[in-house]
Amino acid sequence: MAFLELKNVSKSFGSHSVLSGVNLSIADGEFVAIVGYSGQGKTTLISLIAGLIKPDSGEVSLEGDIVTGPGPDRGLVFQNYSLLPWLSVYENIALAVDQVFPQWDAARRRTHVDKYIAMVKLSHAKDRLPKQLSGGMRQRVSVARTLAINPRILLLDEPLGALDALTRATLQDEIASIWQTERKTVILITNSVDEALLLADRIIPLTIGPGATLGESVPVSLARPRDRTALNHDPEFKRLRALVTNQLLGFNASRKTSVTKKLIRPEILPEDLDAPRVNRPPRRPDEEKRESIQIA
Amino acid sequence: MNKFKFDWLILPVVGVLIILAAWHIVGGKKVYSLTTGMAELGTTVAALPEGEAQWKALAPKLKSGEIEATETKRLRPDVWEAISSSFEEKRIGLIPDLPNVVETWDSSKPYIVDPWAKRGEMDQGILRFTWYSLVLVAQGYAIALIIGVPVGFFLGLSPTFTKMFDPLIQVLRPVSPLAWLPLGLVLFMRAGPEAGTYAALFTIALCGMWPTVLNTAVGVRAVPQDYLNVGRVLKLSRWKMLTKILIPATLPYMFTGFRLSLGIAWLAIVAAEMLTGRPGAGGFLWQEYNALIYEHIIFSILTIGIVGLILDRLMSLVEARFKAIS
Repeated sequence: MAFLELKNVSKSFGSHSVLSGVNLSIADGEFVAIVGYSGQGKTTLISLIAGLIKPDSGEVSLEGDIVTGPGPDRGLVFQNYSLLPWLSVYENIALAVDQVFPQWDAARRRTHVDKYIAMVKLSHAKDRLPKQLSGGMRQRVSVARTLAINPRILLLDEPLGALDALTRATLQDEIASIWQTERKTVILITNSVDEALLLADRIIPLTIGPGATLGESVPVSLARPRDRTALNHDPEFKRLRALVTNQLLGFNASRKTSVTKKLIRPEILPEDLDAPRVNRPPRRPDEEKRESIQIA
Repeated sequence: MNKFKFDWLILPVVGVLIILAAWHIVGGKKVYSLTTGMAELGTTVAALPEGEAQWKALAPKLKSGEIEATETKRLRPDVWEAISSSFEEKRIGLIPDLPNVVETWDSSKPYIVDPWAKRGEMDQGILRFTWYSLVLVAQGYAIALIIGVPVGFFLGLSPTFTKMFDPLIQVLRPVSPLAWLPLGLVLFMRAGPEAGTYAALFTIALCGMWPTVLNTAVGVRAVPQDYLNVGRVLKLSRWKMLTKILIPATLPYMFTGFRLSLGIAWLAIVAAEMLTGRPGAGGFLWQEYNALIYEHIIFSILTIGIVGLILDRLMSLVEARFKAIS
């Protein structure tokens, strides 16, 4: 039996169908990346798994139990960090730990929180408020908060989307090393094929909506630990990247629409200086031009 | 315009001076006009000890047949006593009955220099009056917050509750404190001598409540869904969701409401004191109107305004602290 299973899940908002007929099955300990374009239902998919929204039809089950609502067994790392701004780093994590492990004594919970703050290398900043942290630090707090509640599955919703490239790379490495030690089942939502290849065991592309569904999954058999510089020259990496990218581009091609639009070009031809200076209006190439542009 | 140092201090002072000057120009002043002949007056003054010298100083001032009230205060007391019956009091100026700046200051001075004095029920130092008002405001304001915050939370959390009560709130909100007070007096008629106090508290609480109610409701609706999702993922109990997430996230809005509520409570206290005749900044104003001491009306208005400003500034400081966090 699969660890996490989605059976024929559909979700629409109003008359807009976001996901339809999504089937997914993930094994225990597997790191799966779901790659897709922005605005095509990636966050809806992860919210369904987290239980924050309910599917219109189909079901989500974790280890055989049908998901009916959110819970700490599915740790969600939010796209925009979602740290509570009035709590310090320590307090944000402690709120989660105190809630999930009420049976532990205070000292044990404190050590536990400190351990996860140290894991994301933020011990020096544990008393700071979120607004005093950089984007990358905030996301590390968010990751620590989720890991600290020891979820059965980790759901990462474009966790690095809002970060600059350098911070992003650092955090990718950190996520990879944390995964090496924790060996949790992970679903990573991303729009970066490279990020998916670097981290995941399996990549599943999300097709284009309306009514998006999951495409054919691509297993990533690259050896771990993966080194981003070495990977760039790895033929298997190049093959997989081309494969996934083409799959994604393929979805897009089928949906390309072309529209014609009247375009008025603003340019004016150079003046003829030899002509007499009387009655010399600006000259335009042609007043109007019809062109076809593509709107992706 | 170039920014110069201390413009935050100098410009307001200039503004105040301009208004004071305008007030002084339109304000009237008290003068005494002579009803008898100069010669007669001269004899009266000369009869006093060292009277010749006094008359020499006084005579030129009386050439116009009038003397300003402020001038008479500088005369030797026995001189003025001897001649005052020969004068008739009158007020001159653009608005003769409006006391000018100097008169207002002279008349209000005893209340300022001895702010804690208690000379009688309605004759007390200004800080003592203000203190009475503030105590009553604090009580009414506390009631307003204790009722207003939960009502605001209900409105923010439940669309049904909003649909039920929002129209009613919109109807009650614009009603002036002056309109509520008589109802309060009726409600607490049987409370005996304290009826006035209860009616005042009722008015303050009822009028001051709305900004807190509405701002809290808006704040609750504005809590980012992400914060709530954090709570849902952690399976926080309803109580913890409220205390750990909803209340802290709503605090900045609540404090905006608290600040506005305090302003209204302060407005209401003046109305309540005027109608019930309680000692306090507003009660003093009404009492002095009845006693025809117009200087003290202006003095009371200024006091009420300044206290209101101070309260607002203090609440802004607290509000800014909470805004800074989120």
